[in-house]
Amino acid sequence: MSASALLQLLFSGVTVGSIYALTALGFNLIYNATGIINFAQGEFVMLGGMTAAWLAGMGLPLWFSFVVSVALVAALGASFERLCIHPLRSPQILSLIMITIAGSILFRGAAMFLWGKQTVYLKAFSGERPIRFLGAALHPQTLWVLGTALVITICLHLFLRYTLLGKAMRACASNRTAARLTGIPVDRIVLLSFTLSAGIGAAGGVVVTPITLMDYQQGTLLGLKGFSAAVLGGLGNPNGAVAAGLMIGALESLSAGLISSHYKDAVALVALLAVLCFRPEGIWGTTTQR
Amino acid sequence: MKGRPRFGGAARGKEVKDMFRKGLMLLLTVCLAVSGAYAKKKPYKVGAVFAITGPASWLGEPERNTVQMIAEQVNREGGINGHPLELIIEDTAGDETRTVNAVNKLINKDKVLAIVGPSRSGTTLAVVPIVERAKVPLISCAAAEAIVSPPEKRKWVFKTPQKDSDAVIRIYEHMKKHGITKIAIITGTTGFGAQGRKQLKKYAPKFGIEIVADETYGPRDTDMTPQLTRIKASGAQAVVNWSIVPAQSIVPKNMRQLGMTIPLYQSHGFGNIKYVKAAGEAAEGIIFPCGRLLIAEQLPDDHPQKKVLVEYKRAYEKKFKEPVSTFGGHAYDALWLVINALKEVGPDRAKIRDYIEHVKGFVGTGGIFNFSPEDHNGLTKDAFAILTVKNGKFALLED
Repeated sequence: MSASALLQLLFSGVTVGSIYALTALGFNLIYNATGIINFAQGEFVMLGGMTAAWLAGMGLPLWFSFVVSVALVAALGASFERLCIHPLRSPQILSLIMITIAGSILFRGAAMFLWGKQTVYLKAFSGERPIRFLGAALHPQTLWVLGTALVITICLHLFLRYTLLGKAMRACASNRTAARLTGIPVDRIVLLSFTLSAGIGAAGGVVVTPITLMDYQQGTLLGLKGFSAAVLGGLGNPNGAVAAGLMIGALESLSAGLISSHYKDAVALVALLAVLCFRPEGIWGTTTQR
Repeated sequence: MKGRPRFGGAARGKEVKDMFRKGLMLLLTVCLAVSGAYAKKKPYKVGAVFAITGPASWLGEPERNTVQMIAEQVNREGGINGHPLELIIEDTAGDETRTVNAVNKLINKDKVLAIVGPSRSGTTLAVVPIVERAKVPLISCAAAEAIVSPPEKRKWVFKTPQKDSDAVIRIYEHMKKHGITKIAIITGTTGFGAQGRKQLKKYAPKFGIEIVADETYGPRDTDMTPQLTRIKASGAQAVVNWSIVPAQSIVPKNMRQLGMTIPLYQSHGFGNIKYVKAAGEAAEGIIFPCGRLLIAEQLPDDHPQKKVLVEYKRAYEKKFKEPVSTFGGHAYDALWLVINALKEVGPDRAKIRDYIEHVKGFVGTGGIFNFSPEDHNGLTKDAFAILTVKNGKFALLED
């Protein structure tokens, strides 16, 4: 296999991987604030893409569709937390996770009724003309996905490390009761984490739609792959999630290109299992974090 | 005073008896008349099982719409020989277990005369043993050839979509004509994709075609550039993609991205204008075999199918405000076969089966059907035309 073909495979891996990474980021945020896995995260991604495609389809400008879709889905995330998570008297981790699964089914059904079962599409942000680089072709939209993932990761990192609110969020994650005792409004932090992760998911959904196309069921798989990336990278570690997402994407693409496309998913999953066997906390996770 | 007639005298008693007899007779006549009228209006029950929701809803939804439209039309025009047509529609969600349950319900509870559907090959094969045992005619809207073969074990099962192998043969014929001998195939891992891969590999040697690359992808994959990179390096003169959505739109996009200019052939599953829109410019020039429904208006006026196709297309698009797809057409053919049978032989499952088995020259949307005991599909490769995409629309390339 020639060098340019190899580079092409890597490009393809990065494209798919950055999609996984964006989904994984949302998982981490809610996990950091509440300790639960939000299984409706993939649906936030799907809703973001569907809403943007719907708005753009009505002839609205792309940037406007992007902003409105992110705002709408973030609001949906907030109301989901207020209506379904918040009212719980004694929140058990397990029941909270069940609620998010129920939420994912609800969102999926709602999307189906709102927009039907057809695949929707969105125009690429800066054209379809591929960028040639050393004999390999890169879809310009990939840069948008990568850029979005990068900007969100940096912002999240700065937010969690250096702002009071971000620190409060991390405090909630490590010990809810202690955080409450120091005067941190825990339930508002949880609300914020749901809003943010829904917004991040939606932003991811909008930027990936030109590549993946979107339909009401796409969220399930995106959620699954994003979850794998989050686990592999170490739950609660946003940088790890991005790196792991890219890794899974590259692994899938390289095994499809070099070994055989018949075993593509198997190779990625076996690698995931192998890593978790030796490092159950994920590559960049720490056991002491929780 | 014991024994004295209550109504005063024997004569009067007789009169009463007479009246009673007359009344009874009148009542009986009325009863008969009512039941007679009732029998006349007793609806003919036909079951329909489609994947209305779930991953194959793009098949099931137009099929459901179509059968509802036909039932409304038939009942508006006075039913089948005066009997209203009662459709009992079940959703399989594209799932085998749910299909089995739905078919059992239709047979045992609703006691339907015949069943139209299911939408998918897998779900159809799951219910074949049930209808064979219960002796209920089933007209499937799915493509796989295993549905109607071997014929001796498929006494009660028919299907309306064209055969996969005929689609492959039409593609290979077209390639041969244009001097293409080395091809790459890329197929989905779903039932439809796997069946296509099998047929593509089976018929390639017969046409002197060599498959130089054989790639697959999962039903939810969003990027096929790794597979296409391999194909690009293989020196193939053309690519055949055999899959369901959304890959049918992604493969052409990825090919364009990689700067591949060799022709792309797709399966007859590409027959929905929405996939063309989703692929955008990359869809231009895709070649695929398909029934003639999508290009009905472009057919010459003397084409035997033109009238049926144009009528169905216009009625569907007017009623549902969405472009017609070939899948709804499969349900159209299936239900009309049942209606025609009911018209001729009445509500008898065995007679309906025998009737359909001997239908000749039935002009449907999928082609002109000629059934026989050995052939429960009734179509030949001529049911396919070769279509292409030109300026974002389907166009007839070769008939």
